Amino acid sequence: MAPILEVRNLRVEFPTRRGTLVALDDVSFDIAPGEVLGVVGESGAGKSMTGAAIIGLLEPPGRIASGQVLLAGKRIDNLGYEQMRRIRGREIGAIFQDPLTTLNPLYTVGRQLVETIQTHLGLNDAEARRRAIGWLEMVGIPAASQRVDSYPHEFSGGMRQRVVIALALCAEPKLIVADEPTTALDVSIQAQVIALLKGLARDKGTAMMLVTHDMGVIAETADRVAVMYAGRIAEIGPVREVVKHPKHPYSVGLMASIPPLDRRVEHLAQIDGAMPRLSAIPPGCAFNPRCPEVFGRCRVERPDLLDAGATRAACWLYDPASEKRAPEAMRHG
Amino acid sequence: MAAQSGPLGRMLDSDLWWSFKRSPVTVVSAVVALICILGAVLAPLLAPHDPFDLATLNLGDAFKPPAWSQDGDMAFPLGTDDQGRDVLSAIMYGARISLLVGVCAVVFSTIVGVAVGLVAGYVGGAVDGLLMRIADIQLTFPSILIALLVDGVVRAAVPREVHDRIALFVVIFAIGISAWPQFARTVRGSTLVERNKEYVLAARVIGISQIRIMLTHVLPNVLGPVLVIATLNLGFAILAEATLSFLGVGVPPTEPSLGTLIRIGNDFLFSGEWWITIFPGVALIAMVLSVNLLGDWLRDALNPRLR
Amino acid sequence: MVETTPMFEADDLARYFDVSRPWLQRVLAGEGRRTLKAVDGVSFRIPKGTTLSLVGESGCGKSTVARLVVGLYRPTRGRVLFDGIDLEQARAMADQRRRMQMIFQDPYASLNPRWRVRDIIAEPIRAFGLIEGGAAQQRRVGELLSQVGLSPLDGEKFPHEFSGGQRQRISIARALSSNPEFLVCDEPTSALDVSVQAQILNLMKDLQRRLGLTYLFISHNLAVVRQISDRIGVMYLGRLVELAPAETLFEAPRHPYTRALMEAIPDLDMTGRQRIPVGGEVPSPISPPSGCPFHPRCPLANDRCKAERPALIPARGTPETVVACHAVEEGRDGAAFVTMNQRMGTTATAL
Repeated sequence: MAPILEVRNLRVEFPTRRGTLVALDDVSFDIAPGEVLGVVGESGAGKSMTGAAIIGLLEPPGRIASGQVLLAGKRIDNLGYEQMRRIRGREIGAIFQDPLTTLNPLYTVGRQLVETIQTHLGLNDAEARRRAIGWLEMVGIPAASQRVDSYPHEFSGGMRQRVVIALALCAEPKLIVADEPTTALDVSIQAQVIALLKGLARDKGTAMMLVTHDMGVIAETADRVAVMYAGRIAEIGPVREVVKHPKHPYSVGLMASIPPLDRRVEHLAQIDGAMPRLSAIPPGCAFNPRCPEVFGRCRVERPDLLDAGATRAACWLYDPASEKRAPEAMRHG
Repeated sequence: MAAQSGPLGRMLDSDLWWSFKRSPVTVVSAVVALICILGAVLAPLLAPHDPFDLATLNLGDAFKPPAWSQDGDMAFPLGTDDQGRDVLSAIMYGARISLLVGVCAVVFSTIVGVAVGLVAGYVGGAVDGLLMRIADIQLTFPSILIALLVDGVVRAAVPREVHDRIALFVVIFAIGISAWPQFARTVRGSTLVERNKEYVLAARVIGISQIRIMLTHVLPNVLGPVLVIATLNLGFAILAEATLSFLGVGVPPTEPSLGTLIRIGNDFLFSGEWWITIFPGVALIAMVLSVNLLGDWLRDALNPRLR
Repeated sequence: MVETTPMFEADDLARYFDVSRPWLQRVLAGEGRRTLKAVDGVSFRIPKGTTLSLVGESGCGKSTVARLVVGLYRPTRGRVLFDGIDLEQARAMADQRRRMQMIFQDPYASLNPRWRVRDIIAEPIRAFGLIEGGAAQQRRVGELLSQVGLSPLDGEKFPHEFSGGQRQRISIARALSSNPEFLVCDEPTSALDVSVQAQILNLMKDLQRRLGLTYLFISHNLAVVRQISDRIGVMYLGRLVELAPAETLFEAPRHPYTRALMEAIPDLDMTGRQRIPVGGEVPSPISPPSGCPFHPRCPLANDRCKAERPALIPARGTPETVVACHAVEEGRDGAAFVTMNQRMGTTATAL
């Protein structure tokens, strides 16, 4: 099946007085209909910026310097603000961490849903309202036919995020970009919201890009995962492979540093140091100063995504021409 | 990143300096403000004449027009007034008084306002309520009215010769007292935010005294907006002083400020001697406008949301 | 066994907040005062050299407990002893106050942005007069920085020059500078990225071993809590619902809420187990449900749970656990209890 979203060599730059910062560099991936791509990484890795670039909401002065974003085969990275705004409602649904940024506090949730449905699907008032209530029921809001006339502030945090999901889905978009949709919610509520999102995406054949720092959420929800580091994709592949048998030394460290729930370990695996700032990305592979496997080439040449078994990893260990190969344990997981 | 050392290097490397350089209006304002301030402060060194030295005054020089007009005299570049005083020198000495009053008034209102705002915000409760209601009441009176009121009370209370001696302080007090609520409100707002931040809690955990926390932790973190308000208020204070002096209730005529000069010159405007009032007026506008534009820039440059 | 004085002991600790609207609005709307019972009768003891963790979702009162423990709030009710001394008296004595310190959640707000790191770390040293002389103080600051894995030269910098994880190290160095014995840690890793979180947790465990510290650790993350705790208390709406040794709590969680929390955590091992999300939302602590506060969401609730508030008593089957649940007391949790144990068993073998 043709992918819904194609991102090709995306590069995002921030011109500053100290020179141009490259926030995203050579980011490429696809998302197929009904597929959930998880994008993980630590703060500043560029995961949220990837989402923002796709939906045309980069914070100025950030701009797409090169590369392409294609939605159902059509380029959308070069559209104007108005055109992009229309696409954001109809073809791309966006869900952010804070539901209050998406909801208009002055209108009832019903009115916001009805407006969106009418703008994009052109239904009459009664039909649109019926649909709106249907969506609220589908996202699990109890007594939807009464709550439809409530204002956003009358809902609790978890319920509000459900309303946002309904709002993002009601125009039946092809793609959903969800940026940390559950981070602001309590654990017991998170599970409900994730299950909901995943179910809806599957049923409607919607492609979803799920940006989060929570590996647990990714493991539960995503089909494929992209691990980002310092503005680039370090590894991309099927979720099970990336979580269970990561190939890039950074993914390996990241997975190992997650504290396990089912046992106590005396010393957690940790990656020493911190991710470099955008203004001080080292030459070669950006991870090389923290990498336990680093060798000569890593400090000089920047690796592109290479085949590493079931996943693709931007690491010289997987280049047959390198003088060093991945340790046995890492190659087979 | 170029590693610059020393305070000058740090300043030239700072974001503030960068945003300054990028705004031509601000650079021009800064140059104008600098000329005004230097001209005022260094008046005794730079002014061509001493307008207060009666020995050098010659009534024969009275009403000379600016140097470039037909009857002009190169010795008096901007002409002379009714007593033969050099207008340029009078402006420079007058600006000195205006600036002195303005700066002192702003410093006074800053100190009062910051202290009140800090205490109100940090202590909270009834103290906060009381202080802020006083500020609210004060804000309902136009500041000029307050200044006139203070001046009137002092005039009625002390003998004339004493009044002349303390007139300068009265004006400073009158202008300063009308501006403090603005500082107090801003500082109170920032203090409310800062006092619940974890670094303040950390200091409370080890038992640092409240006064010490206010002065060493909260105060340095609420001063940013104060600098902006102070700059904007300097323009206002200079203008307020000019207004009071124009109305004849400001500084004594023995030490004329820009406002006094404008008032004196005003009498001759319709008899054709326009330069006596217009040039002090232009100087006043240049000074106030440049200071205000600098304040606007500072406000924008320090506000991360507008950047 | 000789019972030594615990480092900290709380008995029926409570803290209420007045959240009424202003007087005039209250009169106009004809409503009374409203009280938020943030902490409502919590008892625990922390033996020296051990870690007690309090877990729960936002609004459960765990951070309020942390602030009560270091004296940032005064308790509305209850008895609190710091090493056998009444807390208020202990707080009044500098040499007792020095022994307790706090580490906060937000590494961007917990360091004064206008101070140099060396002054931040030296503040407790100066406040308690621990070391005389600037040079000696700076030597100590350098030692502390090395102890938390930073360079002594970092003292000259300002907080904004550091990453979140490094700032949290600075916070720890500052807390250690008064040679404390008891550290209250309020979500110290929840603002950090996962690889950095591991660094900080390792550092805290290491410091505990080396310096014999006692921790009260507040967190919403059960996996983090498991790594660091000796005992764990689960809080819900201002009360402890279960308190147990760490291993016991994870192997045999008894309270339905504890079990629900564990169920809700996304499964990283992808054993394919179906998660059963807890229904409903946390009720408002201003008007908590009658009886057991968890009853509206509890699958085991019956009429007694709606009417009568359960006391925290030793649980049948796991006597080291104290749990506030009628169902556990009456043995009505049997079936669910067994399934949970089996499921945890399979997860462990799958690894």
